[in-house]
Amino acid sequence: MNLQRVFSLVKKDLKKMIREPAILFLIILFPVIMTLAFGASFGAIGGTQSATYEIGIVNMNSEAYKEWSEHFIGNLTDTEILKIKDYVDNETAQADLIQGNIQAVLLIPENFGESSNSFWKAPSESRLWVNTTVHLYVDSGSMFATQAIQPIIQQILAVTVYGAQPSSTARPIQIGSPSLVEASRLTQFDYFAPGLFAFAAIFLTMIVAQSFTEDREKGLLRRINITPTTPTEFMTSQTISNMLAAISQVAVVFTMAFLVGYRPLGGAISLIFAFVIVTIFSLCCVGFGLITAAISKSPGAATGIAFIFIMPQMFLGTFVSVGLSSVAQSAGRFVPAYYVTDALTSLFLRGAPISSPTILLDITVLTIVSVMVLLLGIVLFRKYGKA
Amino acid sequence: MEKAAIVIDNLTKRFEDVTAVDGLSLEVENGELYGLLGPNGAGKTTVINVLCGLLEPTSGSVSVGGYDVQKEPVKVKELIGVCPQDAAVYPYLTGRENVELFGNLHAMPKDKLKRNTEELLGKMGLLEDAKRRVGKYSGGMKRRINLIMALVHDPKIAFLDEPTVAMDPQSRHAVWDFIRELKKENKTVILTTHYMEEAEELCDRVGIIDRGKLIALGAPKQLIDKFEEKNLEDVFIQLTGRRIRE
Repeated sequence: MNLQRVFSLVKKDLKKMIREPAILFLIILFPVIMTLAFGASFGAIGGTQSATYEIGIVNMNSEAYKEWSEHFIGNLTDTEILKIKDYVDNETAQADLIQGNIQAVLLIPENFGESSNSFWKAPSESRLWVNTTVHLYVDSGSMFATQAIQPIIQQILAVTVYGAQPSSTARPIQIGSPSLVEASRLTQFDYFAPGLFAFAAIFLTMIVAQSFTEDREKGLLRRINITPTTPTEFMTSQTISNMLAAISQVAVVFTMAFLVGYRPLGGAISLIFAFVIVTIFSLCCVGFGLITAAISKSPGAATGIAFIFIMPQMFLGTFVSVGLSSVAQSAGRFVPAYYVTDALTSLFLRGAPISSPTILLDITVLTIVSVMVLLLGIVLFRKYGKA
Repeated sequence: MEKAAIVIDNLTKRFEDVTAVDGLSLEVENGELYGLLGPNGAGKTTVINVLCGLLEPTSGSVSVGGYDVQKEPVKVKELIGVCPQDAAVYPYLTGRENVELFGNLHAMPKDKLKRNTEELLGKMGLLEDAKRRVGKYSGGMKRRINLIMALVHDPKIAFLDEPTVAMDPQSRHAVWDFIRELKKENKTVILTTHYMEEAEELCDRVGIIDRGKLIALGAPKQLIDKFEEKNLEDVFIQLTGRRIRE
């Protein structure tokens, strides 16, 4: 392989990315605008972690042991994440919930204090506990409320009634299945951010498809084919330039997200991993771009056909899938972008180590799929796309 | 390298039910400037595409610089420079960047590439505009840069496919001067054109093809004398009963 040829083609492609306004927009400006827009819309801008959820509380606790419910409400208020609104009855609270004035309703039962007291009198003798349930109604129209409020309340309930580090899993007061996510420090943007990386890179498919069809239409591919440049050298240059584009997109998304207050878990190693996994994903995008170019007659057609690959990945494999049904989320496993978002979510949101089985599985599946798609793209383009 | 730089032996190229080249045989000597004349659709560009390995012949064989084009395409590509009929240039690169890119694709040493780029840009009158993006060039300037891109690596054999089509007279004469210099440098050139005056002006020999067949071959003056006509245009009319640009 002649590196002079490869690097001169890479240099040419990088100049195209910088000098062609449409490509510059898709690679650099689009991620900048998207990250800023999501940061502004979903609570990251300004870096504030102030209260974002308003919940209504109907305190039906009896006069006896009332200090338990007051202590619980006080702890909820102290989080500064929840804005508490008191209601005298469930009906009024439910009416406000339906109208979207609040995101959740919490019903503290009559025997809440009695139950808490029974636990403290005999923490290890569950047969003596007075069992009860705290009912929680969450606005189903808000995906963030459904995901974040229950873990927050679960955590505060545990601290209030059992102490910060309860040792037993049996409890007299139930509030549904607790989540392991430490939601108390998260904004809505934190849920979105891992998906932004794949979202930005997905559009490389369109750029590659347009670039190949344009060059074919202008006779430039034929012209390069007349030089001693080999197909391997040419495809290597394309892969390198699009990898560099993906790397710059990760840098742009992360920089913008950081500037608007995003602080992912995992530190520098996580960030390096993000560069690696998005770079691998770029191979897949080049492959999809080549497949698109192989079946497209013109750059205009390539733009439209590229969406056959872009849309499923966008909806099933990025942050967009957060709000989808469980069936749709399961379908996401069939699109490569899912594995990028899943790995980055585990890393940035859950603080999982890179060596965790989930992340290793994600990167393995993504690597295999990306290499296969790239090879398929090269084969199809060489067979059908060169005319 | 054998005596003939280019040998085409009984070449036929069919596209489905259309025969673009039909049993064409010819030889081009080293250092010869050979004109391939014919109207649009005569098969000139198809011949060039077969010679540079872009198209496979349906039957027959072609060799360039002594190498069989089908068997040793890389060797052939190292020898040739091809100026396509339509200017194939990167509009977002400057004139100089376009030229340097193709020099690099031929793996030229940097100093030679720089020297050749300067020299060719100067000869074609594009030195001052070399820093401008080609997308901003006029049609004539694009065609001139198109020609430089084909010749920057100093090829032994050049295929110039209608290099002056749609050019203004000033640009056309600049290109003619440039082609004459190639001849002086003893390069083998195949020039396709449908401008008969261009062929008369530049070519050592011309082959007139029509509907894929070679219908006349010889030096321009020799053909004019043989058919007792005033110019090659009239020779073509006598041979085919049509004007070349009909």
